[in-house]
Formats: sequence, structure tokens, C-alpha cells
Amino acid sequence: MRYVLRRVGQAVVVLFAAFTAAFVLLQAMPGDAVMIRFENPELGLSPEQIAALREAYGVDVPAHRQFLHTLLGFLRGDFGYSVQSGTPVSRMIAEALPGTLLLASLGFVVAVILAVGIAFLSTYPRLSWIRGALRALPSLFVSVPVFWLGILLVQVFSFRLGLVSVIAPGPVEGLILPVLTLAVPISAPLAQILVRSIDEVYTRPFVTVVRSRGAGHHRVLWRDVAGNALLPALTMAGVLFGELIGGAVVTETVFGRAGLGRLTEQAVGNQDVAVLQAVVLLTATVFVLINLCVDLLYPLLDPRLRTKAGAAA
Amino acid sequence: MTRNRSDVSDPDGTTPVLEVEDLTVAYTSRHVETPVLHGVSLTVHPGEVVAVVGESGSGKSTTAQAVIGLLPDNGRVTGGRIRLNGTDITSWSDRRMESVRGRRVGLVPQDPGTSLNPVKRIGDAIAEVMRIHRWADERRIRARVLELLERVGIPDPERRARQYPHELSGGMRQRVLIAAAIALRPELIIADEATSALDVTVQRTVLDLIDELRTEDGTSVLFITHDLAVASDRADRVVVLEGGRVREAGDTATVLSTPGHAYTRRLVADAPALNGAGHRTAERTAALLAERADLPPAIAVTDLVQEFGTRRDRFRAVDGVSFTVTPGTTHAIVGESGSGKTTTARAVMGFRRPTSGEVSVGGTEIGPLRGRGLRDLRRRLQMVYQNPYGSLDPRRTVGSIVAEPLVNYRIGDRAERARTVAEFLERVALPTHLSDRRPRELSGGQRQRVAIARALVLRPEVVVLDEPVSALDVTVQAQILDLLERLQEDLGLTYLFISHDLAVVRRLSHTLSVMRGGRVVESGVTEKVFADPRHEYTRGLIEAIPGRREPALPARP
Repeated sequence: MRYVLRRVGQAVVVLFAAFTAAFVLLQAMPGDAVMIRFENPELGLSPEQIAALREAYGVDVPAHRQFLHTLLGFLRGDFGYSVQSGTPVSRMIAEALPGTLLLASLGFVVAVILAVGIAFLSTYPRLSWIRGALRALPSLFVSVPVFWLGILLVQVFSFRLGLVSVIAPGPVEGLILPVLTLAVPISAPLAQILVRSIDEVYTRPFVTVVRSRGAGHHRVLWRDVAGNALLPALTMAGVLFGELIGGAVVTETVFGRAGLGRLTEQAVGNQDVAVLQAVVLLTATVFVLINLCVDLLYPLLDPRLRTKAGAAA
Repeated sequence: MTRNRSDVSDPDGTTPVLEVEDLTVAYTSRHVETPVLHGVSLTVHPGEVVAVVGESGSGKSTTAQAVIGLLPDNGRVTGGRIRLNGTDITSWSDRRMESVRGRRVGLVPQDPGTSLNPVKRIGDAIAEVMRIHRWADERRIRARVLELLERVGIPDPERRARQYPHELSGGMRQRVLIAAAIALRPELIIADEATSALDVTVQRTVLDLIDELRTEDGTSVLFITHDLAVASDRADRVVVLEGGRVREAGDTATVLSTPGHAYTRRLVADAPALNGAGHRTAERTAALLAERADLPPAIAVTDLVQEFGTRRDRFRAVDGVSFTVTPGTTHAIVGESGSGKTTTARAVMGFRRPTSGEVSVGGTEIGPLRGRGLRDLRRRLQMVYQNPYGSLDPRRTVGSIVAEPLVNYRIGDRAERARTVAEFLERVALPTHLSDRRPRELSGGQRQRVAIARALVLRPEVVVLDEPVSALDVTVQAQILDLLERLQEDLGLTYLFISHDLAVVRRLSHTLSVMRGGRVVESGVTEKVFADPRHEYTRGLIEAIPGRREPALPARP
């Protein structure tokens, strides 16, 4: 229990740090969204009018007061208003989130399936003739840029083969290529870690002992090796989930999907600080939550950590 | 069926449980096939214990692996026959061998620390073999697991079955592995160095257990061991392997008391446990100590206490240890794992500040020493570590490893250093041309010689030896012990010798302290303690030394 509380406490500290860092960095950017939107000569606004607008958006007060104001707002669940469109940030995020969440979760699931598939197939004795190729796949995957992969997939599957439509696709059809684009680079490091840790576990003496009891390849792999090999991969999976958000920015832009990534991309273009601040915090929260889950999951998978945590408490 | 020539000794004509006949095995690496077994033959009769003894590289483990069909991926049986109860299993596929493994042949592996799946419960680890062979339904398997745990002497089986390996001691884990090996009542148990990683007293109880199982169930045992003493205590017959060939085979008592082959003679001569008393008599040691009684002690430890842990959770690893070491002699600290012997050695080295108590080396109190003073002290105080595979930097040459302390202390110029290195390589009997080699090109014994040379180049007065021979084969062990003795005489060194192996301690030390649970339970002149142990624990330790069941062994020539 103490362990859980300490982890939750650490998570809160990380979130606060992320919020502060985002705020400072966004403040440090030259110019602000109000100027970008209203200093356009075509609007013909006088400096006085702009100053009035700046006051209305609350960007003229000293930074530390803005910080407090924003922080208190976030704590109440009030994320402010987008400078660009004037809509509440919370509504923009609520609209963008479901699409991205769906894309990210599917991408992650596919990535895990790909990684586990590659790793486990590469240990099968009957597939030893393509083992080399299977083991080279992750390195190939990791070096493919997301945007290029997206374009390539569209080019091949939609335009050449006409298998998947990208123009006005159905809800399921429209997910296939983006999910693949997102999954491939995420699966690569995961597969690399899995392959390596499976190899490592195979060299441990207890595997020979289990084989000496008459266990066949499948039993050894699934009942004894897998459980031990998954442990390091789990940590990696937590870290990789964060990359999904970054991947979503590119994927959603390439495939023209509405979502958090798209929202971020536009907000960056417009220096829409309020939106960016909210997106950064949301991303950090998801990241922290996932890793918190991983930390809490670890003792369940590895009994050795259970007693250690118990002894410390 | 062709009959093996050793079947002649078969007393009642029953089929042997295991017959290995002219077995040859080869390993392939980089497309080159290297034979490692050259026609090994051995027979195990029902209820018999046969020991295969030999040093590392002799092929003893390969023989065991070939029998259960678990050679490494690059290994292959290239000739000969393996018969299990008369059935030729030599060319059986891996699939087919699965029905033999665990059911007809049980394996008790070498290292109980790593031989159990860390994320699997004890109960499941034992049940696994029964589940694999679909022995019975879950309910009966679970009952059998508890029965087996009880059988191998694990108290409170229900609770233990739910625990994980890390919650059990090494001895208990080995019992669990034995329970799994005997679960399906196999005809043959292969014990591959099954007790080498255990403390002597634990080793004895585990060996007793195997003995007991054999007498009760009539199981045959194939013992793979480097320890001649264990073989002499436990085996009916021994097979001596060297370089993949059987050098000698026969009745244990006969082979060990009148070895017919030169290699066996050397093994017997080098096994410290089989040689009874050390060559130092109590009188000679007493005379030596009396002669130097006026000299200040080389090491003096007074009321040493070392605690670990946090304020709330304190653990006292060393609890009021005192001893002195006369210059030019060897003092041994003996104890089992967890006794605090290594912690004491580290305190003497000044690696860790003691919680309380005093340590002085060559008259210098090391407690108050900081940076500079400690550095000066280390010129006079050096250490040789247990593991010669881990204590040498793999990327450097032997010459530069030995020269390193000289460089660190800025002693001499390049030419002078080269001369000193050459001198010390010669002192440890290493050919000078090895100076350009890297550690991985050397054998274990050669590496330990390099480590000793490195410890000696600064011409220290005191050397702390932390289990310096426990990772080595007996003949190599004997050579290193001889070397250490010669160096002590030549250079007037004082040794503090840390060991769990009483036989080696008896061989090398003048005086000793027996430690248990952080305290010294007995100390004195080594031969006196061995002849007349006062403390019950010391008696237990001495009695547990293998090789003491055959009193008729000849002393060293």
C-alpha cells in the first residue's frame, strides 16, 4: 500500500513538473497568439485595440500571475479558451480525444501483436530458415519514418492495389492504414527487446531443467520463457505508449483524420498557447498513468518484487 | 543385443539401467567439428550409484547431457550407443526423448540458485513434470506435490508449495529440484554437480537424501562430479574421465586407494579432502608462532562490528570479531555463506568503515585513515578475488593488468615496470610470452596466477585471499595452493585466507577462526582445531567434509 501511495505521489510531482515546464517554454516563445491573430494589417486594428484584446485574453499580466491563474483553472477543470477560434479548450479536446484514443489503442494493440509475433516466431525451430530475416525486421521497422510509411501505405494499398479506400472511407476502412502506420515503428523496439530477452532467458539453467522434465518447445516457450521475457518488454511498452502521441500527430496529418494530433499541429502553427498547454498536460497525464500502471503491474508479474515492496513497507 | 564388457561385473545378470557404449560426441563451431568424447563406456545397474569424475573439459557433463538428449545445439552424438533398460535410445528424435526425460530419467541440476523458474511457485515447479507426462488429474498431482515435499524433508509443505524460489534457501531449493526429479519414480537420476554450489553441511544433508531415496526406491544414480571426495563417499563405482576418454573405471574403494592410471593418481593426490592431515603439524606451527611471538601482529582485529541496513531495519553481519595474525603466517577465516567472513575481509581491506571496533594492518590503525592514508596502506595490503573470470579486465593484456598497480602508484619508468612484471610473472610460473595475451585466452588457473601477480607487484606485506581457489579444478587448485605457499616463504607474506572449504583451509593455514552468524565460535592453531574441535558447530563442519568415509586412503607419497 505504501508502495502504491509513493508511486501515486511521484506521479503527481511529475505532472506538476510537466505543467510548469510546458508553461515556461510556451511563455518563452516570441510573440503570442493574440498578436498573430490580430496584428494582421488586413484587420486594421489600432495598437490600442490590440492592447485591449490582450488584456481580455489575460496575456498582459506578469508571467507568475498567469501561471497561478492557469494552474488554478486547470485544477478546476477550466482549460481556458482557444485564442484562434474562441471555443473552450475543453470542448475542442473532448471532440478530438475519442478519435485519437481509438487510433492509439488500436495502434498499440497491433504493435504488440506484431512484436510478439516476430519475437516468438523467430524462436521456433521449424522456422529457423527465416530466423535471420525475422530478426532483421525490427531494425528495418525502427528506421522507417512515420510520414514516409504512411504515404507509402496509401500509395500501395489505395492507389496501386485499390484495396483500401482513403477518400471518404468507412469508419473501419479508414482506420486500417493509420493504425498500421502507427503500429510499425512502435512494434520495432518492443520486438527487439522481446527477442533479446527471450534469447537471454533461454540461456538460463532453469530452461534446461524444464526440458529435462520432458517439456517440449511450446511448453518451454509459453509456460517458462514467456513469463520471464515479458518483464523487460513491459517497461519498454510503457515508454513507447508516449511515442504514440507523437506518432498520432504525423499519422493524423498524413491521413487527414480529426484528432488530438491534428489539433496539436494546428495549435503549434497558430501558437495557440491555451490549447498547447492543455494538450501537453493531457499527454503527460496519459503517459504518467500508463507508467504508473506498469509499475503497479510489475509486482504482480514478478513475485520477487512483491516481497521486496512488502519488506520495505 | 551386444554386451558391454563391463557387464562381466554384473552380479546377477539383470539388465543395466543405463549402458553407454563407445559414445562419441562432437561440437561444431564455425563449421569445424571438434570431438569431445572419444568412446566413453559406462554401465549403471539397478540401485547402483556410479560417479563420473573429472575436471572441467573432461567431458563428464557432456556425457550426462548426451544421455538425456540435451546436448547444446551445436553438439551431436557421432557414434556409439546409449541404452536405457536395454532399449537403444541413441537415435531417438527430440520428440521421442521427451517421453523419457522426467519420466524415466530425472535430472538434479548443478546450481539450485538458477535452476528454478523465478516466477513460478514451488508447487507448480514440482507439479510440472507430472503435468507434462499427464500422470494424473490435478487433485492427485497436488496431493503428490505435498507428499514429495514432505518426502525430501521440507517442513510445512503446504506453505512452501505456494512460495516462490527466492523465498527458499539454496539447500531447500535443491531439495525441491530433487522432489521434481523423483516425482515420477524414474529408473535413473542424473545428479550433475548437484551439490557443488552448496555449503558443506547442506551438501551433506542433500547427499544423504539422495542416498536415502536410492536405498528406499532402488533408483540408480549417475553422479557427475569434480569432487573426488564426494565420489569416494557416495559412489559404488567410479569412472574417471580425462579429455573425453575413460582413464579408469571400477569399484570406488579400489580405484581411489590403488589408482591404476597416472591421471587418477594425480587427482587423488591433489584432492585436499582425501589427504587427511595437512603437511603442517600442530607442533611445527606452534614453534613458528612462538618464534615470532615478539613481533607485532601483521593484522589485528579487535571487537569488529559491522552493521547494514536502515536505522529501523538493522542487520549485524559481523558481531564482535577479534583475531590477530602473526607476520609470515596464514590465518584462515572459515564459515558457510552468511557467516560474515567476507564482510570481515572487506573491513580488513578498508573497503567499508566498521560500525565499531578496530582493525590494524602492520601496526597502522586503518579506522581513521582517509584518502591519502588509505592509498598508502593499500601498497602494503592487497587482495586476490574469488572469481578469476570476473576480476580481470577482458580488454587489457596480461602484462598491462599486472603492471597496473605500478602505474597507479607511479613506481618506476616503463623499462623498470616491464622488468618487475616479468619478474612476477616468473614468480607465479607464467611463461613471459603470455604477457601479450588477453584474459579470455587463458585458463582459469592461469588467470588466477595473473591475479596473484597483480596483487604482489607492489610487494605488499599482507594479502587477503577471498576464496582464491574455489572456482578451480582440484589439480589446478593444488598448484595454486602450492604457489601461494612458496610465495609466502619467498616473500615473507602474511595471508588472511577466506574460505568455506575446510579441506583447503587445513592445507594452507597456520591458524584459523571459525565464524558463524557473524561471531567467531572457535579459533586456534589449525591442526589442533581439526584434531580436537571444541565447538559443536566446528565438529559438524569437519564431519560434513566429504571424503571422510574411507579412512583407509593412503597419505600423499
